[in-house]
Amino acid sequence: MLQSTEVFREKPPRLVTPAVQVRAREPRVAPGETKPCIVTNHLTAYFGYTTAVKDVSISIAQNAVTAIIGPSGCGKSTLLRCFNRMHETVPSARVDGSVEILGSSIYGENTSPIAVRRHVGMVFQRPTPFPTMSIQANVAAGLRVDRQSHATRGATSEIVEEALQRAGLWAEVKDRLNESATALSGGQQQRLCIARALATRPRVLLLDEPTASLDPLSSQKVEELVYDLRTTVTVVIVTHNLQQAARVSDSTAFLLMGELIEFASTSEMFTAPRDPRTESYITGRFG
Amino acid sequence: MKNARRRHVVSGAMIGLTYVCAVLATLPLLLILWHLIIKGASSISLAFFTHMPRPVGEPGGGMANAIVGTLILIGIASAIGLPIGIGAGLHLAEKKTTPLAQTTRFLADVLNGLPSIVMGIFAWQILVRPIGHFSALAGGVALGAMMIPLVTRTTEEMLLVVPTSLREAALALGYPKWRTSISVVLRTALAGIVTGALVAVARIAGETAPLLFTALGNQFWSTSIGQPIAALPLQIFAYATNAYEELHRLAWAGALVLISIVLVISLAARLVTRSRFGAAVD
Repeated sequence: MLQSTEVFREKPPRLVTPAVQVRAREPRVAPGETKPCIVTNHLTAYFGYTTAVKDVSISIAQNAVTAIIGPSGCGKSTLLRCFNRMHETVPSARVDGSVEILGSSIYGENTSPIAVRRHVGMVFQRPTPFPTMSIQANVAAGLRVDRQSHATRGATSEIVEEALQRAGLWAEVKDRLNESATALSGGQQQRLCIARALATRPRVLLLDEPTASLDPLSSQKVEELVYDLRTTVTVVIVTHNLQQAARVSDSTAFLLMGELIEFASTSEMFTAPRDPRTESYITGRFG
Repeated sequence: MKNARRRHVVSGAMIGLTYVCAVLATLPLLLILWHLIIKGASSISLAFFTHMPRPVGEPGGGMANAIVGTLILIGIASAIGLPIGIGAGLHLAEKKTTPLAQTTRFLADVLNGLPSIVMGIFAWQILVRPIGHFSALAGGVALGAMMIPLVTRTTEEMLLVVPTSLREAALALGYPKWRTSISVVLRTALAGIVTGALVAVARIAGETAPLLFTALGNQFWSTSIGQPIAALPLQIFAYATNAYEELHRLAWAGALVLISIVLVISLAARLVTRSRFGAAVD
């Protein structure tokens, strides 16, 4: 595969003049999808003086899986982190434009990032179980911190079981709920993190390259899980793995150097990409 | 070929040298322990722990007051040094680059290198002189001030070992920032922080210089923090510089007890580090 920089050297006019491309005024909606869940409007994200995400307007469908693909450093993760206000936890990071989730603006003046994150779960590239907590306590971690949903002990253990069931981990850990979470394998740890994110019953689940550090078998389990979750929660998954995007997602967004190049249903994107840059990326000509 | 043989010889010699150095590094402690046991073990009995010092010539007598005094001084020092040190370490780890953090870090290092007798003079100046007499409190403050930079720096280092990904995971779950710092970051680093704290306690337990003009020492039984108090290092110093053979033996025994207290604290530190789940941080 060619490095992306070489591509730019080969065909500079096409890539350094993105203004040629007509950008839609309205947020782009993938065809066939009706109910929007996450809607961004001219979203731009900065790190200091660097722009990581440039003027992205996108409408992500509810209860579906949306994949974000693109070469390294194209702003995929940053875009994802704008959806639960994790972007702003990095010093010097800043966001312009707006993001609405299920109709309410998450960057509104009276919206606290903590409230947003309780409704928008996130799972990271590497499994992050809390090493001092048991498996049970890890799954319940998000519940315990939410004062409004202070569940009783019985209710908590029910919710923990339900979350582990949904993450497909219950059968493997039900007899060892009080053991250390770090004793689990990498793939189990990652599904534990998904269970932890699901326990607070979020409306949206953001997955940031959730299988990047897993072996093929564990990856497959996580993928199946993502596929099953679509009926109950809106999933946005960032991935480096094009086959994965093709397997698990309903719609796919292609990002290049912080810009949204194309957003379409996954089948269309992988069979008949409209933008030549999408085509070169998908056919493996760079990235 | 010739070169290869030469390299083997040099390599073997160097490895041998590291063996010698490793043994030499443990030698002082072993010699000290051996010496203490030979000279002091015979004077250790139940009476040594339960009886008060007796006048020269009278047989028996112990160091009950000095042992209790040392424990009280360690308590006061920990009450001052641990909360301030851990709090400051938390600040340094969370606000790495603010001017306050950078100044604090630098000054903590300077304070760490300060001769311990200067700490004694400092405590004398701010407590003994205004109050008008020596006290256990002044001794504890001097020792506590010595603990602060030690605890601050170890706490900071232990917190920085906690991966950022863990902090992010907590924030993404809807943890407020302060809750993340306390229930995730601090808790993950806790075993390391406790070890650091106990190392600091072990370090100050044997200090003599800061106590010379603060706690002063006391011939009698006293547990009042407003009064001069006996302490093992002071008692050892007083007995060892005395002319009587009998008191020399007691001084050896006192040193053995002091080193045992430090040893027990270090062992406790080891036990605590072996946390419930084996403390495997990624």
